[in-house]
Amino acid sequence: MKNLLSSLGLLLLLLSACAPQGPRPLTVLTHDSFSVSENLIRQFESDNNVKISFVKGGDAGSVLNKAILTKDAPLADVLYGVDNTFLSRALDARIYSPYESPALADIPDEYKLDDQNRALPVDYGDVCINYDKSYFATNNLALPQSLSDLTKPEYKGLLVVEDPATSSPGLAFLLATVATLEDGYQDYWRQLKENDVVVVDSWETAYFTNFSASSGHGPQPMVVSYGSSPTAEVVYADPPVSESPTASLVGDGMCFRQVEFAGILAGTKNRAIAEKFIDFLLGKSFQEDMPLQMFVSPVNPKAAVPDVFIQNSQIPSNPASLDPQVIAINREAWIQGWTSVMNP
Amino acid sequence: MTRRFLYWFAPSLFLLLFFFYPLIRVLLLSFGSDDATLSALTSLPQFINLLIFTFYQAGLSTLLTLLVGIPIAYLFSHYAFRGKPLLRALTAVPFMLPTVVVAAGFTALLGPRGWVNLALMGAFDLTTPPITFVGTLTAILIAHVFYNSTIVIRLVGNSWSQLDPRLGHAARVLGAGSTTVLREISLPLLRPSLMAATLLVFLFDFTSFGVVLLLGGAQFRTLEVEIFIQAVRFLNLPAAALLSMIQLLFTLFFSIIYSRVVTKSIVPLNPRAASLNLRPAKTLREKIFVISATTFILILFALPMAALPARSVVRLEPDRGERGEFQPTLTLNNYRELAVNRRGSLFYVPPLEAVRNSLIYATLTVALALLLGFPAASALTRPTRLENIIDPFLMLPLGASAVTLGLGYVLAFNRWLYSPLLVPLAHTTLALPFVIRSLQPALASIPNRLREAAAVLGATPQQVWRSVDLPIIARALTAAGVFAFTVSLGEFGATAMLVRPEYPTMTTAIARFMSQPGGLNYGQAMAMATILLVVTTTAILVIERIRLPGAGEF
Repeated sequence: MKNLLSSLGLLLLLLSACAPQGPRPLTVLTHDSFSVSENLIRQFESDNNVKISFVKGGDAGSVLNKAILTKDAPLADVLYGVDNTFLSRALDARIYSPYESPALADIPDEYKLDDQNRALPVDYGDVCINYDKSYFATNNLALPQSLSDLTKPEYKGLLVVEDPATSSPGLAFLLATVATLEDGYQDYWRQLKENDVVVVDSWETAYFTNFSASSGHGPQPMVVSYGSSPTAEVVYADPPVSESPTASLVGDGMCFRQVEFAGILAGTKNRAIAEKFIDFLLGKSFQEDMPLQMFVSPVNPKAAVPDVFIQNSQIPSNPASLDPQVIAINREAWIQGWTSVMNP
Repeated sequence: MTRRFLYWFAPSLFLLLFFFYPLIRVLLLSFGSDDATLSALTSLPQFINLLIFTFYQAGLSTLLTLLVGIPIAYLFSHYAFRGKPLLRALTAVPFMLPTVVVAAGFTALLGPRGWVNLALMGAFDLTTPPITFVGTLTAILIAHVFYNSTIVIRLVGNSWSQLDPRLGHAARVLGAGSTTVLREISLPLLRPSLMAATLLVFLFDFTSFGVVLLLGGAQFRTLEVEIFIQAVRFLNLPAAALLSMIQLLFTLFFSIIYSRVVTKSIVPLNPRAASLNLRPAKTLREKIFVISATTFILILFALPMAALPARSVVRLEPDRGERGEFQPTLTLNNYRELAVNRRGSLFYVPPLEAVRNSLIYATLTVALALLLGFPAASALTRPTRLENIIDPFLMLPLGASAVTLGLGYVLAFNRWLYSPLLVPLAHTTLALPFVIRSLQPALASIPNRLREAAAVLGATPQQVWRSVDLPIIARALTAAGVFAFTVSLGEFGATAMLVRPEYPTMTTAIARFMSQPGGLNYGQAMAMATILLVVTTTAILVIERIRLPGAGEF
């Protein structure tokens, strides 16, 4: 009897090893703006027998904070959402585990800011000044072609920017001025202040309260926003419109390029699936899904960009950019410098 | 002794686990790190300025809130008039509105293209908007009054409605004028609830974040804003932790002052049934007061919020082909759009689910906060050494920075954070001090002789509790429940935590819509905000209607 039971037990144990496994879990930590089509994720889940849980942790800075705090016991398997302004900090904190994805072969080198492939580029976007087309047409105003044009008297009081200390696009615009004007950036901001530039706390306020071409119908016809915002104005227009009421100013050095990265968190217990997910993020189907979900541009040149995107978003040919290491070292100093000029 | 221990066991354990433990972990970690970035903190004069401004705006806001709240408390506690329950509920609704929504409401009213400015520009033929609202200290102050008046109105109003008027009558017979009665009799007797309200309002204003940021613009920085910037933008946790410690120490300090003052001023009086103090306005003076007070309430509370439903059903954009012309048309499109997942997004929030989740979290929070808060408040009415030590620490959750506490939660609970159960627990941590402070003055006002009389007449302790304590504190219980409910709906500080997209709430839905450009997104944000308004007002009205069994007006 005893022998029978133990052999039955052993048999069951052996059989269970052959039985099909339930879906393996994968946790992905992202910032709040992350979005993806449901059917794409379901497809990935069924193709790989995995169940994905997404967790949103605030904006890029908040998410990075949480990842750094918990690096010894990571909250998730994959982290998406660190951008080039925070990249250096993320790499120094050693939260990622390197992974040389085969999909990287398709990605142009200009986006591979980490040569050790700990953080892999997924998408890019430009922080640009959006302008109200009808305002400029009605008032016969020429468009500013460069950053220094914004200090001209005909644009007095027409620009609203965000505080770089509290807003990510605000910081990106400040970095654009630093990259273009280097040490003269404080003088530039002094001139902007004399030209009555309006400063608010966040993108939401600037866009929906101050910008004239949004639903807020505010007083300023120029706002620091994203290069993809004009497309969103078409996609989410009510009633539908054929062309965007806004466009971006893409003169040299006027926009700041942001690249967003994903990486496998060090200490993950689901390495194999995490790698598959990274491949998925860099792959054609996700890259093509991104523009209309997150309003960013794909890094994979094989991904087709939707027509509405091509027609309404202007991609700058010479966006401003700074080395992530330089940003990490100087960020605080630049923000303090800005604050001392704008709020003495 | 065991009785006291039992009272404190559950609430202390709760606070220890869900407040002190995460807080201590994040503070220790920040101070223990090698980062020599404490020196990178803003210079000392700048820091002093920061502190001074934080105190200044909090003090001024509290003063204004009292000035607005006390007359309205008088109105609600002494007069009966049509529409009173709705008006009362209306004053409580702002408390849980997300700052983004309140800012949108105020901007729609007083912003550069708001109704007031448009009307003035049209009437006086001006080219630039005459009223500048956003970006001024006035905006911060008015928003604080808008948010926090309900605390004063409810706490002081409840006490006032149960105040025995005979002392006042005696004073009048002896020749005192009505202002003298107010000054010498009513206000001193109301001191416990006044002090509780002042402390709560001050702490909220002291740690105010969203209002200062959104309505004050870039030029105003308070301690809480600086903590956010240091932690989230500069990733400088030691600096953020240091500032959080300072904030907590101040909170403790104010809490200690409060306990000292309140214990001396609690006078158990003969509480009267609230309905006995209510009567319709009779004299001309009374009628004028009622009418002007209700008009003021409508202007301050209803008008800014009215912008939200208005913007959700009005489409200002011109039809296809025409540019630059405003043609307001009524449309229900925004509400229809809420139910549609146009982009097939995984993170689409079905509106009914959002409402359901918010309500479930809020109900759990109310139940938990009342269950834990009631024994604590009871123990505080007969304070011993133990209470004197514990008392000030109870307020700390309200004074702790949401950012720091959120990071503490991440450290302390790690993957447990993914459980949806943690959300009501986090909300309860904030609601608990509120509930305790709301119940405390009411419990202290029960005169012991009533209890003793009941006992002499043969009532068991449970019967004494049901027939003496419960009816007297019924209103305070309701107020505490409403506070806990609105704290949870407003999701204070939970934004600093991790969000499981499977259980979205109305607030996360609104934030999501406001974070992307486009008329449909803005419209849907307004629509969801309107739903939040309606749901909250209804819920508050329902809560106030609940009559606990046997706790009818005595």
